[in-house]
Amino acid sequence: MAERPEDLNLPNAVITRIIKEALPDGVNISKEARSAISRAASVFVLYATSCANNFAMKGKRKTLNAGDVLSAMEEMEFQRFVAPLKESLEVYRREQRGKKEARKDKDKKADSEEQDKSREEENDDDDERMEEEEQNEEEEVDN
Amino acid sequence: AARLSGGENRLVSLPLSRIRVIMKSSPEVSSINQDALFLTAKATELFVQYLATYSYKHGRGKEKNALTYSDLSHTAEECETFQFLADILPKKILASKYLKMLEKEKRDGAVGQDDEEDEEEEDEDETVDEAVGS
Repeated sequence: MAERPEDLNLPNAVITRIIKEALPDGVNISKEARSAISRAASVFVLYATSCANNFAMKGKRKTLNAGDVLSAMEEMEFQRFVAPLKESLEVYRREQRGKKEARKDKDKKADSEEQDKSREEENDDDDERMEEEEQNEEEEVDN
Repeated sequence: AARLSGGENRLVSLPLSRIRVIMKSSPEVSSINQDALFLTAKATELFVQYLATYSYKHGRGKEKNALTYSDLSHTAEECETFQFLADILPKKILASKYLKMLEKEKRDGAVGQDDEEDEEEEDEDETVDEAVGS
């Protein structure tokens, strides 16, 4: 897949919001500063990925897993992130399990007469389903 | 759809799809498990918060209630944890100042960094060591 330069950038609006929420109210963030942080974030992703990948390779695995990312954070001297990341991961996993259960139940209902209700919920879940499908694509070996 | 897009209550705000694109641009990476993708996105958010707050706290922008580029490049240079950013956040200097520095270097034959840089203690030491009769 050919990446255009803008694809390696993160959405400005989201970056700006994260910065604003972290700083005291009313602090002005120059456009230059915002853009610099955005670039720094992209570099962080690359650095973290490379580092995590080293751990995966050490474990003779081709798929990066959660442990690799956490090990990378320690290696990069961002140990302070490890505890909050583990917490978030628990919540995320619960959410994902919950969604799977909900989808299973929905599929059962869809076969019965309640098709109108499930069509509504399906719209919300389409994006999540896409994520899952995209993940399945990843199981194939690239390059 | 409303629950998924742009919600502050969401577990993570950065889009996983975009994070994945960046991760996959690394040639040596073959596949990424969903948990790893989530963690990378979340870590990046924590990173943005940390970089912003650290730079604001240690920088001079707050004298004017602002976060400036200079605060960020200062952080990249001074703080070991953020040194991997030094190349993409270079210090900026006025062209006129730079030209003066070049002229001084020519004249003195030494690295002229005495009054130009307030905060570089290490460089001051270097100048003292290397200076010939100054």
